[in-house]
Amino acid sequence: MKVLVCVKRVPFTGGKMVLAPDGKALETRHLGFTISPHEECGVEEAVRIVEAGGAGSGESVVLTLGPAEAVEQLRDAMALGIDRAIHLQTDGSEWDGESTAAAIVEAIRTEEAAGPFDLIFLGNESADACGFQVGLRVAHELGRPCATGLKRVKVEGPNVRCEQDTGAGRDVYVLPLPAVVTVKEGLNLPRYPSVPGRMRAARKPVVTSSPARPEQNLGLVELSVPGGPGRQTKLLGSGPAAAPVVVEMLCDIGVA
Amino acid sequence: MTVLILMEDGEPSEQALTLARSWGGTVHSLRMDAITPFAPVAIAAILQRAADDLKPAAVFAAGTDRGNDVMARLAARTGLPFAANVVAAKPGDPVRVTRQRWGGSLLENATLRGSPALVTVAPYSVRIAEGAAPTQVDASRYLQEVDPRDMLVQVREHIDPPGGGVTLAEARVVVSGGRGVGSKEGFAIIEELAGLLGARVGCSRVVTSAGWRPHSDQVGQTGTKISPDLYIACGISGATQHMAGCKGAKKILAINADPEAPIMSLADYSVVGDLKDVVPAISAEIRKHR
Repeated sequence: MKVLVCVKRVPFTGGKMVLAPDGKALETRHLGFTISPHEECGVEEAVRIVEAGGAGSGESVVLTLGPAEAVEQLRDAMALGIDRAIHLQTDGSEWDGESTAAAIVEAIRTEEAAGPFDLIFLGNESADACGFQVGLRVAHELGRPCATGLKRVKVEGPNVRCEQDTGAGRDVYVLPLPAVVTVKEGLNLPRYPSVPGRMRAARKPVVTSSPARPEQNLGLVELSVPGGPGRQTKLLGSGPAAAPVVVEMLCDIGVA
Repeated sequence: MTVLILMEDGEPSEQALTLARSWGGTVHSLRMDAITPFAPVAIAAILQRAADDLKPAAVFAAGTDRGNDVMARLAARTGLPFAANVVAAKPGDPVRVTRQRWGGSLLENATLRGSPALVTVAPYSVRIAEGAAPTQVDASRYLQEVDPRDMLVQVREHIDPPGGGVTLAEARVVVSGGRGVGSKEGFAIIEELAGLLGARVGCSRVVTSAGWRPHSDQVGQTGTKISPDLYIACGISGATQHMAGCKGAKKILAINADPEAPIMSLADYSVVGDLKDVVPAISAEIRKHR
């Protein structure tokens, strides 16, 4: 199996959203970065699928579109066992879903001159932009079937069985390979990178190119933090001594 | 002006319809269940044919899993931009939208070029207003023309949720534990309180990442979005990722050893203290009352 997983570098936001002075981005100077959560599970699944085939039976590749620093997330993915990386490097400006998908498709076409990917993983939506579209656009351009929002992916012979969480159970799709799948956190529990894994990752190949950013049809004007009257917090007490006051409140609102 | 809306059962579609009506034109609607079981490529194909015939200024759908799925497929087929989970959309050239990022923790004002404008409406972001019923699109003539290849992606089987009982999303009361619980075993006191209140147990992302609880218990942007009458957050700091999942709760009680934790000013009620002391004390107090 040859498997590709596409990931996005996103900040850890912590307790509060703080905007940059131009109002067009988050203030990230004091934030760490990570692979967007759904895609961390995509990385883990890609590694497991290739591992399950046995040594030398397949290959896993990670791809990102992002700034120079996004190589950190590519190394993180390789530390978990991904074999090599493709970096579509940007100047850090935003790319909408349409242009992101177009750049990914072009990179996949170049890469597939050496043989197609059997399975391509993307996140259902990125944690930051929440565009809900890159995976489906990539699949459409490549002419491959795609199921979205998956919590279980299992390769079964020439097909992939896909389970989609509906909130009231799961819908099952069976797609012929090659296919594109978009996944959600909960697909699996990603492993922690080992020290030897990190050392190996530092030596794994990263191929970098710089696609041109097209005009954005979904153009960011400005960001804002939703306002509204927040909740007025009432301190009920400290320690176990607060229990009677808490239970009184529970009775008042009718839950105890 | 004409607009087209993809409708499914449930309030989010009524909310999307309210926004569609605000554009002031004739609203035509197509049913998501025009094909059953669900076949998203074929529905997108029918929606595309209907849009070709009606020439709407915009195509709307609810920002549900299925709504976003079909609209992204329509966007791919038509080569148009797509704005997911908008809370506002104004006609014009370009169309102006306000949409949710970070699961609703941040809003984005954006311009959307191309026609028709493709948008999904973020669930529970628009207040439903009554209005005329939309004109149903006759899907039968398009159904006859569906390309068999577009039926490749179709639900083959449905698996019912395990267990029974109320789901996390539907629970009236949810008692959640976070990093402060400390271990898998530490959830015994959370479970005890939940049992006394007839509540579901929830948790934060830290907890599922550590493997203390299954992911199906996670409340948050990447877990379940809940709207119970009461949410009790024990040892949870209140990161934006978590608050995106629980901000729909009518009341929030936060129990945290750190009075400076963000959740302590985002909740309706707070108790400062170690949850390992406070939670069993609340359980004991409830027992005394019975």
